[in-house]
Amino acid sequence: MTNLFYISTEIFLSLSILTLLLIGVFKKKSGSFIYNFSCIILLVGLAININLNPQFPIDLFNNSYKIDYFTTLIKSVILVSAFIVMLSSFNYVKQNDILKIEYPILILSSILGMLVMVSSNDLIVFYVGLELQSLALYVLAAFKRDNILSSESGLKYFILSALSSGLLLYGCSLIYGFSSSTNFDLIYQNSGSIEYGIIFGIVFILVGLAFKITAVPFHMWAPDVYDGSPTSVTVIFAILPKIAALTVFINFLYGPFLEMFDQWQAVIIFLSIGSMVFGAIAAIGQKKLKRLIAYSSISHMGFALAGLSVGTNEGIQNSIIYLIIYLIMNIAFFCCLFMLKRENKYFDKVEDLSGLSKNHPLLSLSLMIILFSLAGIPPLAGFFAKFYIFTAVIEQSMYFLAIVGLLSTVIAAFYYIRLIKLMYFDEQKEKYDLNHSIGLKMILVISSTIILIYFINPNIINNFVLDITLI
Amino acid sequence: MNFPIISSLILLPSIGALFLFFINSKNVTGIKYVSLFVSIINFLISIYLWLIFDQSSYEFQFVESRVWIKDFINYKVGVDGISILFIILTTFITPLCILSVNSSIKNRLKEFLIAILLMETLMIGVFCSLDLVIFYLFFEGGLIPMFLIIGIWGGGRRVYSAFKFFLFTLLGSVLMLIAVISIYWIAGTTDVEELYKLGIDPKYQNLLWLAFFSSFAVKTPMWPVHTWLPDAHVEAPTAGSVLLAAILLKMAGYGFIRFSIGLFPVASEYFVPFIFVISLIAIIYTSLVALMQDDMKKLIAYSSVAHMGFVTLGLFTFTQQGVEGGIFQMISHGIVSAALFFSVGVVYDRTHSRRINDYGGLVNVMPKYSILLMVFTLGSLGLPGTTGFIGEFLILMGTFKKNFLVAAIASLGVILGAAYMLWLYKRVVFGELTNQKLLKVIDLNKVELSILTLLALGIIFFGFYPDPFSNTYSVSVENFLNEYNDKLNNYNLQNQ
Repeated sequence: MTNLFYISTEIFLSLSILTLLLIGVFKKKSGSFIYNFSCIILLVGLAININLNPQFPIDLFNNSYKIDYFTTLIKSVILVSAFIVMLSSFNYVKQNDILKIEYPILILSSILGMLVMVSSNDLIVFYVGLELQSLALYVLAAFKRDNILSSESGLKYFILSALSSGLLLYGCSLIYGFSSSTNFDLIYQNSGSIEYGIIFGIVFILVGLAFKITAVPFHMWAPDVYDGSPTSVTVIFAILPKIAALTVFINFLYGPFLEMFDQWQAVIIFLSIGSMVFGAIAAIGQKKLKRLIAYSSISHMGFALAGLSVGTNEGIQNSIIYLIIYLIMNIAFFCCLFMLKRENKYFDKVEDLSGLSKNHPLLSLSLMIILFSLAGIPPLAGFFAKFYIFTAVIEQSMYFLAIVGLLSTVIAAFYYIRLIKLMYFDEQKEKYDLNHSIGLKMILVISSTIILIYFINPNIINNFVLDITLI
Repeated sequence: MNFPIISSLILLPSIGALFLFFINSKNVTGIKYVSLFVSIINFLISIYLWLIFDQSSYEFQFVESRVWIKDFINYKVGVDGISILFIILTTFITPLCILSVNSSIKNRLKEFLIAILLMETLMIGVFCSLDLVIFYLFFEGGLIPMFLIIGIWGGGRRVYSAFKFFLFTLLGSVLMLIAVISIYWIAGTTDVEELYKLGIDPKYQNLLWLAFFSSFAVKTPMWPVHTWLPDAHVEAPTAGSVLLAAILLKMAGYGFIRFSIGLFPVASEYFVPFIFVISLIAIIYTSLVALMQDDMKKLIAYSSVAHMGFVTLGLFTFTQQGVEGGIFQMISHGIVSAALFFSVGVVYDRTHSRRINDYGGLVNVMPKYSILLMVFTLGSLGLPGTTGFIGEFLILMGTFKKNFLVAAIASLGVILGAAYMLWLYKRVVFGELTNQKLLKVIDLNKVELSILTLLALGIIFFGFYPDPFSNTYSVSVENFLNEYNDKLNNYNLQNQ
């Protein structure tokens, strides 16, 4: 029974999903009820998860499932951000007529999949978690059934993701074949000498994971899927799977294959540089905000990967800080997107921002703070995120990576300040609605305030990651 | 722990800005008085700081240090004889900028004043930070308000200019960020005082110096990366141009003293010929370009580049006269260029033209203005009796000690400076009053008169009696050069 106690978050979430399904079947028009109820479930799940926080690492089920401080932290981050995302997108979901019972249930199941992924210590468990979250996300992407773009994005995401899952699974089988185990710890013991089979396996798995976090050159699906999906799903895409997949990156690379650091470091550096540069350049020509943020998130993932390519604890910790700050900025950005609506029609073109500051001074002020922060201008939180990453990178004398990364921030700054130019320097257009839910407004205000005043006491966020020691 | 006077200097304008944020934007007078009040209080605090500052010591004074990012960076601020003058310059110019908005800023006054006050916080922060990361934060943070000042309240090509300003400066400074982080790993700290004591391994110095240089060169601005400056100056509103010319450019000059020369003496010595060459190009070339301008603001902008060329020339002579002259020239240029931009702003508000050809014969309609503009013109070209003379004279004296040829060419720049400034004055003020629009122009109003008179008195007073400034910095500069020579001698001994 002790075993089950430590996975009570996952058990609670599974039971809730089943219960909600039953309620949904028997109760007519219960979409709104289930949506709100899922928010509460996420909060309860968070409470359970924080309560569990073990003092020492715990291995479960023949060492295939692992609970320690790191996984608990990441799970809490996932649950909190899922809650915030659902809270902020409620009005959007309602007004776009996608408030069906399946919607919140799918989100919950994909979150369950992420939790399993994060804790997995075995290739099979990891794959099961990955597929659970992906399958739910395919459906979510295509959730606006009548919309041709949404269906396209769902299909596209499904096919490409299935391909990447196939590669990943092939990598798993290679590793199993050459190390005769699927368990991370056993693989670590068995793969003493460097064998090409294992290196191939690692590369295939990295390809699969890079697909999930949209690292270049496996990013092609991102702009289309981000653009086609309903915005409430795009925000999930932009945040949650990336946290989970990047955690798996860390667990996987710094777990069984730590000894082969020299072998996979080059791959990560390549992914990182490609993402930073490509994300920065490709975003310049975008005309839709969702596509723009897709490229921007590609570029941000490059920075997070740069932290992972370093091979030190500081690198990992700084990547986690980067992720946390990244998700705060993205949540805030999407809150602004949810506010660009007029008579239940939502706007997501870049030019829809023009002159926003005349009619909506506070909204544009927040958006300006968010954009400067995304661009990494001090003293906003986004700067510190990059600063920490480059501190870790330069410690290992990887100057090339640092210089390329920082130059790409200059390129990226161009399209961020272009949006600011539209808001502040250009002529105004029609007004947008002002009747937003109090939850949405609160989230925007709180997150942009965090971004703005993070510099006063950076330790508040930094302290969370200090205890993460994987090496 | 004493009262944190430096931190209050830094924070006060921000608190004022926060206060403004909550005032209704329709309450125009309230907004103006609050911001003016805050900036004048800040000026008084800085004067008080100057009075209690111990001029006989070269140590950093009023140092505050507290943990900021755990085990990594401390928040550390303090002043010495060099930085305190720049702080006073900042707190002196800012209230004048706020006073001047009366006529030039029509819309979104509240946001404009918030931006100006935030700028003040960041600029004071730059001059008193004693930690490289803190310095970087303040140095780069200034991009945001300045970008908005140029972009929102600027003239016709404001978008282009704002983007150019932003991207140029950002590009220059990311390399500095890499250098700062590298210093942290090489020396184990980013605390400037510690770094002065420890010194940085000479084998890294050249690259680090270049990284810092890339940032400071853009901001100074030095030839050939000066091209953002004329655009930014021309399109910015008057108060924005004044802040840019009077203070933002000095951040880089100050950075050269405090960081480039202070931290990397070996590299600085190595790069002297390089600095001399591009300073000379800046002096001669931009003076010639200034001669050809038909836009008053552009002419003054190019003259700024030339004057800053003198500053870098003086700083890199490493002689007592040269460095002191460089510092004095920066202070002097801060006052003179601010005055010139205010003067252009005055006529621009009346006629909405900056073209020199649209003017001529202003002396007939604006006699008071013409007298004051004369003072500023003479200050800019360095007539004895104005602050401009002392700076240029000391710089040239220092340069003659070091290299005769360089000094001779630089002296040519003084003549060119006199040429374009006097020609500008002649074309604007003297001659026939041909433009009919100018007939209706009225002379200075009270606010403008008081701003310009204050600046003119400053130029003349400190031109005759520079002791208050030179007493403040001379001990620090002397010690600074001694340490510099010590480090250089040590290095040479080791290499023999």
